[in-house]
Amino acid sequence: MYHYDDYDRALVHERVVQFRDQVQRRMSGELSEEEFLPLRLQNGLYMQKHAYMLRVAIPYGTLSADQMRTLARIARDYDRGYGHFTTRQNIQFNWIELEQVPDILELLAGVDMHAIQTSGNCVRNITTEAFAGVAADELLDPRPLAEILRQWSTVNPEFLFLPRKFKIALCSAEQDRAAIMMHDIGLYLYRDEQGEMLLRVMVGGGLGRTPILSQQIREALPWRHLLSYVEAILRVYNRWGRRDNKYKARIKILVKSLGIEAFAEEVEREWQHIKEGPAELTDAEYLRVASSFQPPPYEWLPDVDLTLDTWLAQEPSFARWVERNVMAHKVQGYASVTISTKPGMAAPPGDVTDVQMSMLAHWAERFGFGELRITHEQNIVLPDIRQRDLYALWCAACEVGLGAPNVGLLTDIIACPGGDYCKLANAKSIPIAQAIQQRFLDLDYLHDLGDISLNISGCMNACGHHHIGNIGILGVDKNGSEWYQVTLGGAQGKASALGKVIGPSFSAEAVPAVIERLVQTFVEHREADERFVETVNRIGLGPFRERVYAAAEATL
Amino acid sequence: MKNLIRLVEGQARIVHDDPWQLVRDDAPQAAGALILPLAHWQARQDAEVLAGNRLSLQGVLLQPDDDPEALAEWLEVLPLVAIDFPSFLDGRGYSQAYLLRVRRGWCGEVRAVGEVLRDQLAHMRQCGFDAFAVREDKSAEDALKGLAGMSVLYGRSAIEPRPLFRRRG
Ligand code: SF4
Repeated sequence: MYHYDDYDRALVHERVVQFRDQVQRRMSGELSEEEFLPLRLQNGLYMQKHAYMLRVAIPYGTLSADQMRTLARIARDYDRGYGHFTTRQNIQFNWIELEQVPDILELLAGVDMHAIQTSGNCVRNITTEAFAGVAADELLDPRPLAEILRQWSTVNPEFLFLPRKFKIALCSAEQDRAAIMMHDIGLYLYRDEQGEMLLRVMVGGGLGRTPILSQQIREALPWRHLLSYVEAILRVYNRWGRRDNKYKARIKILVKSLGIEAFAEEVEREWQHIKEGPAELTDAEYLRVASSFQPPPYEWLPDVDLTLDTWLAQEPSFARWVERNVMAHKVQGYASVTISTKPGMAAPPGDVTDVQMSMLAHWAERFGFGELRITHEQNIVLPDIRQRDLYALWCAACEVGLGAPNVGLLTDIIACPGGDYCKLANAKSIPIAQAIQQRFLDLDYLHDLGDISLNISGCMNACGHHHIGNIGILGVDKNGSEWYQVTLGGAQGKASALGKVIGPSFSAEAVPAVIERLVQTFVEHREADERFVETVNRIGLGPFRERVYAAAEATL
Repeated sequence: MKNLIRLVEGQARIVHDDPWQLVRDDAPQAAGALILPLAHWQARQDAEVLAGNRLSLQGVLLQPDDDPEALAEWLEVLPLVAIDFPSFLDGRGYSQAYLLRVRRGWCGEVRAVGEVLRDQLAHMRQCGFDAFAVREDKSAEDALKGLAGMSVLYGRSAIEPRPLFRRRG
């Protein structure tokens, strides 16, 4: 992972000093809440329903065992013993006191971490996929360019007061696991026949009130022009993006109103002025950053591990976990493990206790090379596990409630914090997630159903990415009570699609039965090993709708 | 203007005798060293100034919707450009200043007016502002502390054209 040098360290430490002073001025009344608001947001501090929430950046979802231990310490000493991993690959602490925030930030700075720009109308945490550097289908490692972009966008003075938040993601594998098409800027990195690194630039994606998938603005951009090209897009957006209505302020609205061609021309005109210049990336910088991402010292291991095979044959529950939670690795004899944070009733999706965090750090060191990743499905990846250690890791994970064998299954629910924490919520998400998980406790059945993504957001802001869930659930307000709208057919990846609403919304109590009927409909119509979303695409919404609403009428 | 901070050769000073007066709605009787919105400024200039042959006595106020390119033909005759921050949350002024300085090479004063507050001054300075009319209910002395900002700038700016990766060593 990236190693901070003196510059990087100076920046995070100075930032703590600066924010400590700002907090003091807020508490003395010298700064009004209105003036303080953007300052605290740019340091990751939100005001939620009951308390302040602090969102800590985990750049492109990668962190070290030591960093994870520091997060555990913050959860223990400054919060109520847990943290919440988000769909932006960050972590949120929900019960924070304003006066303690500078101390927390100082702890973070001590391990090269920060909360800069995790909120506010600025460029947010750069994301990439959780398996960067280890995925078997990777064309190139996206992390060096992600880090270069992270640095360039951090406290970039011209772009701290954009019309709205701005999210950038980067991906360079066959499969897009970074949800590129729902970002303000999405970058696909690849090589041409000569081996030159190129970027396909997508722009104007985003969920929220008006979900739009991004469009291609440029093909084959040489990597050296990454910064100047992004700068050109940001300058056009900063100048011409709407500021009169926050629901129309994202870049997607500007792109849509100008049309992609006209927008691309604007960007091109701006870019012509800056493309040849000091922002052009150099080989030296690429190599400097890339040297932080060298592969760890892998051992030579046999491709087939006999002890693993024995355990797989003897322990069906272990085999099930391996089937769902273990992914192929580039290097023979190794595997990447996804630890599910979705155990069901025991904890809300994405929530991890301080003890679990400490254990995760320990496993990363004991079984891997001391590194962990956070996925945008809110799970945790241990990227480099020897196949022969899989069984020991699984046993340890089960002991602390982290052994759920459900990655990619219906119960691997992605959910925002919703009405239990969030001021903006129309409805709660967590109890809905847990009620659905309770309904599908039969693991054999779940495994037979195969891949189904289910995403829940407590309001239009779509932090739970409900539009791209195969099943999406959105909290809506109906005369002051909490109702849920259901969408079907959403998908992420290169075949991204936005789900379609199936009909009128449901009360909280009805949701689990609705999901059950959707699943039954799928089972009845499924051909061979079809995945849920494939069946939906093939037969359309009709049969699902009929089943769900016919049953609803029958109970009236 | 009151509460003005100006950078002179990199040194920040509070200016007590600034002659400029910001007039947002042109009152025809207003006189002296005025800063006017672009349309009003244009209306007040005679042909000689507009042709670029004589210096103007008035400065221009760029509002967030204005394109700095609109000033291109008069940069030679303008004494000063002010950039308006109707709200400190509106970041368009940063890009306007950057474009004036870097793209147009303007060397005269670029003054931030409106909601100009201590915690934004360092960003403004980096984007090329060299004068800051701090909002009048705030202390200029106090605002001076915000001007330095942080010692590390990863990207580049109007006053530091090289990104950190070209300066790292
Ligand atoms: S989707 Fe809405 S309710 Fe959920 S966290 Fe985001 S803003 Fe809050």
